[in-house]
Amino acid sequence: MNMQSITVRGKDRYKSGVMEYKRMGYWEPNYEPKDTDVIALFRVTPQDGVDPTEACAAVAGESSTATWTVVWTDRLTAAEKYRAKCYRVDPVPGSPGSYFAYIAYDLDLFEPGSIANLTASIIGNVFGFKPLKALRLEDMRLPVAYVKTFQGPATGIVVERERLDKFGRPLLGATVKPKLGLSGRNYGRVVYEALKGGLDFCKDDENINSQPFMHWRDRFLYCMEGVNRAQAATGEVKGTYLNVTAATMEDMYERAEFAKQLGSVIIMIDLVIGYTAIQSMAKWARRNDMILHLHRAGHSTYTRQRLHGVSFRVIAKWMRLAGVDHIHAGTVVGKLEGDPATTRGYYDICREEFNPMTLEHGVFFDQQWASLNKLMPVASGGIHAGQMHQLLDHLGEDVVLQFGGGTIGHPKGIQAGATANRVALEAMILARNEGRDYVHEGPEILAKAAQTCTPLRDALEVWKDVTFNYESTDSPDFAPTATPAM
Amino acid sequence: MRVTQGCFSFLPDLTDEQITAQVQFCLDKGWAVNIEFTDDPHPRNTYWEMWGLPMFDLRDAAGIMKELADCRRVYGDRYIRLSGFDSSHGWESVRISFIVNRPKEEPGFRLERQEVDGRSMRYTTKAYAVDRPEGERYGA
Repeated sequence: MNMQSITVRGKDRYKSGVMEYKRMGYWEPNYEPKDTDVIALFRVTPQDGVDPTEACAAVAGESSTATWTVVWTDRLTAAEKYRAKCYRVDPVPGSPGSYFAYIAYDLDLFEPGSIANLTASIIGNVFGFKPLKALRLEDMRLPVAYVKTFQGPATGIVVERERLDKFGRPLLGATVKPKLGLSGRNYGRVVYEALKGGLDFCKDDENINSQPFMHWRDRFLYCMEGVNRAQAATGEVKGTYLNVTAATMEDMYERAEFAKQLGSVIIMIDLVIGYTAIQSMAKWARRNDMILHLHRAGHSTYTRQRLHGVSFRVIAKWMRLAGVDHIHAGTVVGKLEGDPATTRGYYDICREEFNPMTLEHGVFFDQQWASLNKLMPVASGGIHAGQMHQLLDHLGEDVVLQFGGGTIGHPKGIQAGATANRVALEAMILARNEGRDYVHEGPEILAKAAQTCTPLRDALEVWKDVTFNYESTDSPDFAPTATPAM
Repeated sequence: MRVTQGCFSFLPDLTDEQITAQVQFCLDKGWAVNIEFTDDPHPRNTYWEMWGLPMFDLRDAAGIMKELADCRRVYGDRYIRLSGFDSSHGWESVRISFIVNRPKEEPGFRLERQEVDGRSMRYTTKAYAVDRPEGERYGA
């Protein structure tokens, strides 16, 4: 790698024609990022024969001020300030042909409080740039000065718990199944049974909006009947994520207002509505005392492949800024993608005040959150009561565990399924707090709790052998290495 | 019915030995343990009566269990809960909360529906017990 700046300066820099990006000021190996710079880390895979430094400089150029040729109008601006600067290029360990490019952007390049503006630069045109085979945005360092321009989660973990009066354990949820085809009346039945049985939340699935089999008002009315009945039957606050995703903002606001009018504590949106719509709904949620759940529908189209796209850890950071309260962030043990170390990185981004650089979790930068609210991760997809000790170990306490099939598929019915999950959870928390080695003694703790809870016994029997052990397609590039004790 | 607020209500009622272990857990975390009681178990009744101040400086589980025993002696006919309060920055709220005493009979809640605006509904949850004045709700 060329470790000296080769930037052309003075009048020669602006001579008409084409010049390499690395000579135009987009490769500055001696640049020291400022505390206020946005930093992006890309995984760059140049086309064969393209110089890696030039490819990385091009990424900096194409995601900031550059075009393909020199333009004299640069001289009407403080061009050097506005150029993104690639200051470090490292070969990716064990992955010949790919490079990590560290690129710093001056804060003035971005509109305050706008994910749309941030992403239009960082993941805009540059992802289609021909000299690259592939490009992936791995991580970002967001300076405090920029973090402070965002609202952040409308409610946050602490206030969500206070509003729900639920402390000391993960929250429990279930997605209503089948996800499509139920009428409003039948749908509300599932909500009532699951909440009465012991869950805190039910959830619409991502593609439940307003279809011929169930229009949205019908769903909201029957769901809230179920929620209120369950609340009266248990003395607990209950909720169901009413999905307000719709074709237009006007429709979404109308649905959200109706949910509020009916007394719902929570609404839901899908990632596919787009960053601006998400930020609008987050502002609405803050104004209306509403918890805002985000289903990450669509993310795997760009987060899953290691060479190209955007890592989910970056999406998680953007969503914490954008202001949602819940985000699906993986289960480790369930049916959907996510190795333990990478998932740990996502959870830390959602829940911590400060993320130290932790390469073995895929976290490349120190990140200060400047007291922005914490975002509750949601674990959903292929999990069941028999995994409770593993879930608690991997995911911790501030998480929503969503057992859809693991509640509704219970042989004795939905209430029994919900009770099995709740009993398994409470027994595990009790044992953990008593100081027991719950990870290893998990199966015994569950078996003991099942002695006084038939639904749990049935659940453990039905799902005893269900696991999803597949190779992960996205795992960290760095493994922790043992260092000898001093 | 059984009010299932708090994080252990789905388990059989905790023994004093089990409660002591949970109190010790809170103390080991540096949380202040608080004892509260009520005879209005509405799910949104946030402010239960405090049995003294949160025990910020009491670091001995036995001392807290003695306070609990005293509280039970006076308010054994009501709901009593223990909570652990974490004053560290970024949380500054309750970390754990669980019921350690409940009335012999729990009559539960009535759900009142007020039909409004077409098919819309206004719901009100009301504990049957609160029809009587505070202190006379669950018999002594």
